Amino acid sequence: MSHEETNNIQVIPEDKEKTKKIWKVAAILAIVTIIEFIFAFTLPRGIILVSIFLGLTVVKAFYIVAEFMHLKHEQKALIWSIMIPTILILWLVVALMVEGTAIFNIRN
Amino acid sequence: MATIVEIDTTTNSRWGGGVAPMNVSYGKLMMWFFLLSDAFSFSALLITYGLIRYSHPAYQGAVSEFEFSTEYWPIPEMVFEALPFLHGVHAPLIFVGIMTFILILSSVTMVLAVEAGHRMDRKAVIKWMLWTIIGGLTFLACQAWEWSHFIHGTAEGTVNAIGETIYGANLTENQYGPPLFASLFFFITGFHGFHVFSGVVINFIVFFNAVVGTYDKRGHYEMVEKTGLYWHFVDLVWVFVFTLFYLI
Repeated sequence: MSHEETNNIQVIPEDKEKTKKIWKVAAILAIVTIIEFIFAFTLPRGIILVSIFLGLTVVKAFYIVAEFMHLKHEQKALIWSIMIPTILILWLVVALMVEGTAIFNIRN
Repeated sequence: MATIVEIDTTTNSRWGGGVAPMNVSYGKLMMWFFLLSDAFSFSALLITYGLIRYSHPAYQGAVSEFEFSTEYWPIPEMVFEALPFLHGVHAPLIFVGIMTFILILSSVTMVLAVEAGHRMDRKAVIKWMLWTIIGGLTFLACQAWEWSHFIHGTAEGTVNAIGETIYGANLTENQYGPPLFASLFFFITGFHGFHVFSGVVINFIVFFNAVVGTYDKRGHYEMVEKTGLYWHFVDLVWVFVFTLFYLI
């Protein structure tokens, strides 16, 4: 009974373009990670390197949220409801790293 | 007298009621806002890490001459440099890199499962969900190894300020650096690992439902989309943990 129901389901054939796009995003994520690796061992440690790493992380986060989680293709109201609080906490991450440096300077 | 409620559909009809204004179902919208609140929890941990890390002294000398000490914050690539089955080989961040790739790949297979769900392709959903579960379990196994290695420490250990030799790390002492470094490692990767674990459990439930044909009977595969959102979020958090904990 239930099996006949499932057999009546119309399976839509795969759209190669869509699948290709998914793998393209995966390749971008992999390449950015490899770039981060190379930078970790070649560039001198310091504020510039930290900024580059944070920038590349935002790039990766953008591709995951926009394409994998499909947020780019949602309504504007939903996009901004999610993005505004997220931007604020990203700012807080950076702000309290700077604050940590200030605490270190006061202690010493 | 009966009260008649009139909905003004001519002005601002999107928010006037009767339609989903954000054009997503209730379940998906609630998953988005749950993930936003979960992002707050994770960012609280990562913000704490950033604050504590930069209020500790950093290692000043050349990277090649780095030695562990409880006096300064360690360079992460010197802490996480071991590989399973290759004892004594110095392979900085390679294992974490492999873990990152595993998680990104399992995110990709999850998108493919969601895509197959849109097409009502039960067989493809089952296949890709299974790959996603395998990816999640592999990641958890890697993390278990990493924790075990971190807890047991190196054979030489580190001499602390009062002349004791410490081996490995726990919540009170830490051979790699200040005790807070180990505590934050356990809290942040542990909280993330628990998310991966619950994600694997939820993915398995969805996989099981797809196998027995629940979603075909229901007429849509939206449940795959919702768990997909959760799984991508877990991957997203790892991207941030990877940068803030292992690279900086």
